[in-house]
Amino acid sequence: MTIRAATSGELATVHVLYFAAAREKIGLAEEAIELLPALGTLGALRAYLALRHPILAEPAIRGAVNQEFAGPDKRIAAGDEIAFFPPTTGG
Amino acid sequence: MPTIRVQTEDFDLGAALTAITAGQPQVGGVGSFVGLVRQEPGLVSLTIEHYPGMTEKSLGRIAETAISRFELIDVTLIHRVGTLLPGDPIVLVLAAASHRKAALAATEFLIDWLKTDAPFWKKEQFAASERWVEARHSDEAAKRRWEQKGRLLF
Repeated sequence: MTIRAATSGELATVHVLYFAAAREKIGLAEEAIELLPALGTLGALRAYLALRHPILAEPAIRGAVNQEFAGPDKRIAAGDEIAFFPPTTGG
Repeated sequence: MPTIRVQTEDFDLGAALTAITAGQPQVGGVGSFVGLVRQEPGLVSLTIEHYPGMTEKSLGRIAETAISRFELIDVTLIHRVGTLLPGDPIVLVLAAASHRKAALAATEFLIDWLKTDAPFWKKEQFAASERWVEARHSDEAAKRRWEQKGRLLF
């Protein structure tokens, strides 16, 4: 996979957002994550983040990439907006 | 063009109805659903969180899906966020069509899909505690029912 940096010398990162109970458990609303070579898919990123944020290992937690629901095989790239959150309860 | 609004303020059902029918002489029926904050024992308030950006996108997509599937003339979706009180209106769904079958079926479709696919989360506040509302299996089941129906309305 290719890591595209915003400008040369800058880290390739994704912006990760957490909502609702996930945000409360993790204690963060958002964080910038450096896109290491192994983190090419949403699933890989999620497994990596779950090491420090165990709630992300719960199967019910959903993910989104650039504001669209996405599954574990979704490819991610530097600059993407990623979000993790519990099942929705709107309406 | 569907009307999609995510807002803290209350909405006016009459004004929304006037707006969806304005300049649309082909509208023969408008289906409607208003969801309220249920008055649970001890409930002090309900806080609704959302994912700014994705909320509007997903509501727009749900509306377009309904317009296409039910051949609607127009859709209005208004969902409130922030802190609401028991009995307050939360969500308004309007579906305008030529005939009543499409208007009514689309209204149910829209609220079923909104429940599972729009990034809102509700938190209930009581006198001495608060808790996140849990998503219900029946909501997922309601959405799946529509997937099995295909093009049929019934």
